[in-house]
Amino acid sequence: MLIKRSSPHAVPLASEITPQAIYEQRRQFIAKMTLGAVAGGALWEMANREAFAQAPAGAKIAATRNPAYSLAETLTPVKDATTYNNFYEFGTDKGDPAENAHTLKPRPWTVQIEGEVKKPMTLDLDSLMKIAPLEERIYRLRCVEGWSMVIPWVGFSLSNLIKKVEPTGNAKYVEFTTLADKNQMPGIRSRVLEWPYVEGLRMDEAMHPLALLTFGMYGQVLPNQNGAPVRMVLPWKYGFKSGKSIVKIRFLKDQPRTAWNVSAPSEYGFYSNVNPNVDHPRWSQATERRIGEDGFFQKKRKTLMFNGYPEVASLYAGMDLKKFY
Amino acid sequence: MAFNPSPAQFKGIKAALFVAALIPFLRMVYLSVVGALPDPLAFITHSSGDWTLYFLVITLCVTPLRRLFKWNWLVRLRRMFGLYAFFYAFLHFTAFLWFDHWFDVAAMWKDVLKRPFITVGFIAFVLLIPLAVTSNNAMIRKLGGKRWQWLHRLIYVIAPLGVLHYWWMKAAKNNIGQPILFAVIVAVLLGARVVWSVTKKKAQPVQA
Repeated sequence: MLIKRSSPHAVPLASEITPQAIYEQRRQFIAKMTLGAVAGGALWEMANREAFAQAPAGAKIAATRNPAYSLAETLTPVKDATTYNNFYEFGTDKGDPAENAHTLKPRPWTVQIEGEVKKPMTLDLDSLMKIAPLEERIYRLRCVEGWSMVIPWVGFSLSNLIKKVEPTGNAKYVEFTTLADKNQMPGIRSRVLEWPYVEGLRMDEAMHPLALLTFGMYGQVLPNQNGAPVRMVLPWKYGFKSGKSIVKIRFLKDQPRTAWNVSAPSEYGFYSNVNPNVDHPRWSQATERRIGEDGFFQKKRKTLMFNGYPEVASLYAGMDLKKFY
Repeated sequence: MAFNPSPAQFKGIKAALFVAALIPFLRMVYLSVVGALPDPLAFITHSSGDWTLYFLVITLCVTPLRRLFKWNWLVRLRRMFGLYAFFYAFLHFTAFLWFDHWFDVAAMWKDVLKRPFITVGFIAFVLLIPLAVTSNNAMIRKLGGKRWQWLHRLIYVIAPLGVLHYWWMKAAKNNIGQPILFAVIVAVLLGARVVWSVTKKKAQPVQA
């Protein structure tokens, strides 16, 4: 894995950014190769995997590895992390986002910051990325469906942005809104969820240093299917809490209506902290399968409380986590 | 002028369908072995469940097609379709016991009893077992045609239970297009039988 460490403040030079047309061509090429591989047999498939390993698709993003957030666990293969996704704006199958997200235009991009703040603002991507030095952090990702990954993300703590916009005393919650553009996102036509996709955090959760405003993964800018150009990563919560392709961040007095909570309140709570002791109604959350690692011949691994991030426990002191799931 | 294959043609059709019905299974094995799937276990679980439903529906199609097109020869394929439904259901159950519970039968029972959608799926699978066991000529003779037929009418219960299992599994996701489609198809196939049995009774002369 290639990670540039020249300067912690560096953002990619314009000359380093792959032109979009070439980027998309590569994507189509890879999509075609994948299609061919399914039809074409085992040798084809292996060759394809090699090609994936050697020719990363995205532009590089410079970041400094933050040793405070590293893990002695194997990184999930980049191919799995970028082809096995839940991003319903591009379809409900895990392979749909990788197949369909090429229509998303991650640049130019702006994020509107509004609500209970002294300094509401609209930031373009470059200004947003300059708010704080980019760090690389390796986090566990636990999906509510019972699978997990280990991914090196690139971004900075959301608290940096929050401090900049100066929330008022009324700001008790933060709401993240995902883009909902049916021209760029074919899944918007389905009524599987209410669009736009909205997620949210309590203010103290949002201020926690673990909450990462994320621009890249595996040393590259976020692929479209992983929530380009900017998303949240909240490693102690189930994956769906981490909003992707964010266009608006709103500071609120009241708890926001979040997408999955609205869709199925008995199954997906507002907090949705990873918790092996609180089952999903339709399956147990006690164990999980690590994608790319665990297969036919291992028992599923045990899920850790707060996904192995005990430093967030104090946020929920005194709360009944069976009630506030 | 109903199509009626010669014995050689029938053999060919049956062999082709036997192989075709294996393709989903071979695909699961192939995709798992070459490592083309990020989560092969989830894929096998879902795919085997889908194909159980497909074969239940195909099996239920035999009688209506036979009546509509006078394809009496179709009935000689029904056993194969039914056994494939059982084959994929068995694979589905095995995936559940293996991948979800690592062969821990006590944990599996807990899951079966705790979650209604699993309870329903499990009942449907258990009901399929006597049908698979009695799916040979010796058993038909042993049970007698009438009793055998009554036993095999369990499929009228199994298919709706299978659809309900699928529906409940999907329900909370607001994504029930496919369960609705299955429910409609099974309702039509079972409804046709009800209609036929009612009209048949009416058509029969009153016995003195």
